[in-house]
Amino acid sequence: MSDKDTVEVASQTPERQQPYKELGLTDDEYAKVRDILGRRPTAAELALYSVMWSEHCSYKSSKVHLRNLAPDADQARHLLAGIGANAGVVDIGQGYAVTFKIESHNHPSFVEPHQGAATGIGGIVRDIIAMGARPIAVMDALRFGPADAHDTARVLPGVVSGISFYGNCLGLPNIGGELVFDACYAGNPLVNALCVGLMRHDDLQAAQASGAGNKVVLFGSRTGPDGVGGASVLASATFDDSGGKAAKRPSVQVGDPFLEKLLIECCLELFASGLIEGIQDLGAAGIACATTELAAGGDGGMAVNMDAIPLRDPSLTPAEILMSESQERMMAVVRPDLIDAFMQVCAKWDVQATVIGEVTEDGLLTMTWRDTTVVRIPPKTAADGPVYDRPMTRPGGLDALTENGPEGLDRPADGLALGDTLLALLSSPDLADKRWVTEQYDPIVRGNTVLAMPEDGGLVRIDEETGLGITLATDGNGRYCLLDPYQGTQLALAEAYRNVAMTGARPVAVTNCLNFGSPEDPEVMWQLAEAVRGLADGCKTLGIPVTGGNVSLYNQTGSTPIRPTPVIGVLGVHDDVRKRVGVGFPAQQARVVLLGTTTAEFGGSAWADVVHQHLGGRPPAVDLEAETNLAALIAAAAAEGVLASAHDLSDGGLGVALAESCLRGGVGCWVSLAGFDNRAGVDAEPPPDLFTALFSESSGRAVVSVTPGREDDFADLCEAHGVPATVLGRTGGDTLTVVNAFEVAVADLERVWSGTLPALFG
Amino acid sequence: MRYAGAVPVSLWHADRDLRGVDAVILPGGFSYGDYLRCGAIARLSPVMAELVPAAAAGLPVLGICNGFQILCEAHLLPGALTRNAKRRFIHRDVRLSVECASTPWTAGYQAGRQLIVPLKSGEGAYAADQATLDELERAGRVVVRYVGEAPNGAARNIAGICSEEGNVVGLMPHPEHAIDPLTGPSADGLGFFTSVVAAFAGRAAGVRA
Repeated sequence: MSDKDTVEVASQTPERQQPYKELGLTDDEYAKVRDILGRRPTAAELALYSVMWSEHCSYKSSKVHLRNLAPDADQARHLLAGIGANAGVVDIGQGYAVTFKIESHNHPSFVEPHQGAATGIGGIVRDIIAMGARPIAVMDALRFGPADAHDTARVLPGVVSGISFYGNCLGLPNIGGELVFDACYAGNPLVNALCVGLMRHDDLQAAQASGAGNKVVLFGSRTGPDGVGGASVLASATFDDSGGKAAKRPSVQVGDPFLEKLLIECCLELFASGLIEGIQDLGAAGIACATTELAAGGDGGMAVNMDAIPLRDPSLTPAEILMSESQERMMAVVRPDLIDAFMQVCAKWDVQATVIGEVTEDGLLTMTWRDTTVVRIPPKTAADGPVYDRPMTRPGGLDALTENGPEGLDRPADGLALGDTLLALLSSPDLADKRWVTEQYDPIVRGNTVLAMPEDGGLVRIDEETGLGITLATDGNGRYCLLDPYQGTQLALAEAYRNVAMTGARPVAVTNCLNFGSPEDPEVMWQLAEAVRGLADGCKTLGIPVTGGNVSLYNQTGSTPIRPTPVIGVLGVHDDVRKRVGVGFPAQQARVVLLGTTTAEFGGSAWADVVHQHLGGRPPAVDLEAETNLAALIAAAAAEGVLASAHDLSDGGLGVALAESCLRGGVGCWVSLAGFDNRAGVDAEPPPDLFTALFSESSGRAVVSVTPGREDDFADLCEAHGVPATVLGRTGGDTLTVVNAFEVAVADLERVWSGTLPALFG
Repeated sequence: MRYAGAVPVSLWHADRDLRGVDAVILPGGFSYGDYLRCGAIARLSPVMAELVPAAAAGLPVLGICNGFQILCEAHLLPGALTRNAKRRFIHRDVRLSVECASTPWTAGYQAGRQLIVPLKSGEGAYAADQATLDELERAGRVVVRYVGEAPNGAARNIAGICSEEGNVVGLMPHPEHAIDPLTGPSADGLGFFTSVVAAFAGRAAGVRA
């Protein structure tokens, strides 16, 4: 049917029934398409509108809330391009700019973990290339069902091997990420991939098609039937009456990292040679999205000859060609006089390139196929999409959840039990050694990686002469966000900000991947709105912009959504990577100091989760002013060389942080929590008990060791920055000793910590 | 090579031209995606048609990781690199022992010297038949060996070997990632590069990067 469904036929057959519901369009949306066109859409146009108006491409449910993230003048002062472009571009000084973005590939990674995750890396890397930047590193934030669940043994190794296969082959270092297990992700794992790219200020590329007569070039892989309708959950039978095709259509795309590597180098040479007027990567909704967005971003229209598109399967219909999500493709707008030079560069890199159309003056996106016109639409109408302000309700069970706090839970009775609690936390899958995963990644290729997992942030050198570098970290906490999505999102922001600061970098920009359930569920919609509000308010307070991000909705199993899981990525600038600070305690004896304020905060904590499988109460309080003071202190102390190590406190509190610094440094420490001030200088509050001191998750804290001989300098810096500092003890020996509580050999910590994932995954 | 004081020169895979360099390094990476056997397609590159006779004539050649795989595929070195024992990619800092310090790439080391160098590969387990392994051992052509158990299951813990004349060396670990403690676990690997530069002392050594 679609073979013959031209614009002319569509005009003459207004009554023909169309499968718009199967394509994910509502009655109202379908009516709106007919209204825009003044006729029914052709099959190809229907496919195009359905994918462009899908939640994935249009952000139709989240857009009204995302507007809150627009940076104010103060936040935007270091931005070269913000939200709306493929990714924001941040000025990092010395003529350099970086662009970074995090994106989800959750659903494909559940269906086919290896390829789903691999193409997640491929997609985010192309986003970065399209900005004119050279990709220089990736990260992965992963969330799975329970570590011992049967299906996790299928999904996790597949996802990790996919990221390993694609990222390693591309030659991009994987410098960090997250690994979290929770039953809420069992039927819907989260695979969020981040990529960061580097450019000079002048290299910024535009995603637009301007200048009538300019050529539209599709280059990279040929278009096949893979991933058709991935963006809009297509029922394939609706597109072909002849049947029999569905069987050969994988809904998950297949990645070719070597071709992507060639595409990177090819694009960079095209940029450097000034051969590109506009460029767009092909991701979700493939050619439909690239042509529509390029045309909508330009000043004219676009005419596309679909017969010119190189196909892997010649039987594809126009609708399928438009929707295919075949990987490793890019689209460029090129001046006619430069097309030969463009083609020569592509040939050098063995990248197939084909002129498939040109920029026109008529303001329409027109596509012909076998001498008939199958698409003729005003491109902005497809690119802009509908906007919904969906109903929101505070979840009915939330009050009961927050009233059921952790206060009544049994606590360790004595020092021995405190030690056992620490070991239980360290061996829990969320806090255990991640090397089973990270050993499969190459964190050092390109030779500029200064810090990578398990450090707090991934630190990459940008300039060998000056020592300029960037630090990245991602964080998210579904437990906190379930209890309070506003505060939980700010806690994730604060933690990523803190992690970046621990390396000695100044946090400067934020990206986000908002993983939520169905927007048609008013309770989920409320969670999303609260999370965005929390992020917007938090970033304003911190004075740093959100430069882009991604929204992933419908993360649920049946009617049960995942816990709201905004994953926040923070980018920092490091003035001199030679002065970086790591997590590990030093070999020589150094003073150990706790920074920040501790109160009894166990709602949503790792302790409540691991020991009691309890989730309730309030998440820890957020104090963003304290976070900025702490970050400024660490940056100053790192620059002056007074820190031997720095590690942020988060899940599992001080106890876990001390153990991690011991494990990373391969050295013990001796700490006394007796002189532990609750608030330095505030006498009214009693010092916390040992349990609170060790396992509370109060935010805005870090544990550091001080360069021997510089203790007074560090104390002065703490005072100058208004950061409460408590001297705990010293590093050294081969045990982690907490006076009046327990003494554990570092070797025992190592054994417990490193045994968990290999025992589960082989 | 810059760290070692030489001038790196990039050689293009499709050119039958070694551009007059004094030594060649085949670096790591994923040539042609390694979708077939690692290095099996790269060894057919036009530049290899120049490299093979040059190596036979004594040109110092170092193959690192994928470069080692290519040298084996090109039969400049015996044996093959096979999938790791656990069939997963492994990145780990490994301890190596320098067993042969008479090649142009290792002459700056004392035999027996231990190095901490990153290993990162999916197909890094060296394999060869018993006779070949015995001959390598007999002739002192095992250049570097893993100390302790090889993480990838390599035969006789072999991490790197050399040609009969010693000018062609291949190894799986990455000495170029151990040239500066800022970006690597040590500076232990720099000796590979300073060794070959010393061999050409007085002349600017150009190598393939």
